[in-house]
Amino acid sequence: MSRVEVEKKVLNENQMLAEQLRMRYRQSGLLCINLISAPGSGKTLLLEKTLERMDRSVRVAVLTGDLQTENDAQRLANFGFPVKQIVTGGTCHLDARMVEKHLVDWNLDDLDLLIVENVGNLVCPSSYDLGEDAKIVLLSTTEGEDKPLKYPSIFFKSELMVLTKIDLLPYVPFKADVAKGNARRVHPRMEILEVSSTTGEGLDAWMNWLEARRKTKQTAR
Amino acid sequence: MHELGIASSILETVVKEAERHPEGRITKVRVRVGELSGVDVEALQFGFECIVKETEWEGLVLEVESIPRIQKCPKCWKEFRMADFDPQCPQCGEFATDCISGDELNIAYMEVDE
Repeated sequence: MSRVEVEKKVLNENQMLAEQLRMRYRQSGLLCINLISAPGSGKTLLLEKTLERMDRSVRVAVLTGDLQTENDAQRLANFGFPVKQIVTGGTCHLDARMVEKHLVDWNLDDLDLLIVENVGNLVCPSSYDLGEDAKIVLLSTTEGEDKPLKYPSIFFKSELMVLTKIDLLPYVPFKADVAKGNARRVHPRMEILEVSSTTGEGLDAWMNWLEARRKTKQTAR
Repeated sequence: MHELGIASSILETVVKEAERHPEGRITKVRVRVGELSGVDVEALQFGFECIVKETEWEGLVLEVESIPRIQKCPKCWKEFRMADFDPQCPQCGEFATDCISGDELNIAYMEVDE
């Protein structure tokens, strides 16, 4: 019996593709974000509000992932930015190959910001690098405050947590401080923003966060 | 439930490695799974058994080494095992410590019978 040392990532192929995407984004000065949350936390609505408020001079494109239907792409197409639906057909996450395949018609040099909306799932998307600059996790006030502890992997890997549906705080038992504390127990340096896509509260801070990251990426080109 | 896909990736790597050892037979593959990797070890074992069943790889052992989360303090450099989601440095009390291991999902080695 002999032992063959391998020491490589299990998802080595995905990782290599993700690194290629990351390099292409860097060369184009394009910021890519990967939005992740449980189903129904408000990813698509936040995206709608983001596109609605987006400065028209910023060249944005959106990839939106779902198991089935093109509903999200249709919702998001109303804002005049290019949108493509990735229908995974049952797969519970996006991987780098799906992203690469859906980028073929776009010239990355003509884009400033690529927003990837992952499949609604807090588990599986955390294992797949899409070449993004930042994973962003959404947690809504209608969920449990302990979600960061139940799904530590995704909260650990996300740079920013967006607490959504804060307009509902007076009506639900959710304690924002507890949720934020839990997120920081998993990820002590987690950035946190609070928004309501319905009332617009907090959306300025979110747009500023995006704009600051986009500018940093552009100048690093 | 993405463990089936992960099991397939492991098997693909085994199949590729096997081509380099035509006279031998790979009997075991060892993977390191960090507690932050988002992978459920039982589901991974089950998925792996399913995909090798009734194939030439039936009987191939998947051995999983669980890797705990280790934090390092940026102030006093103390390294410690993080338990109960408490990132605070046990030596100096700093809260914002950094994770230095625990999100691995790696193939460590394979054993080949020759």
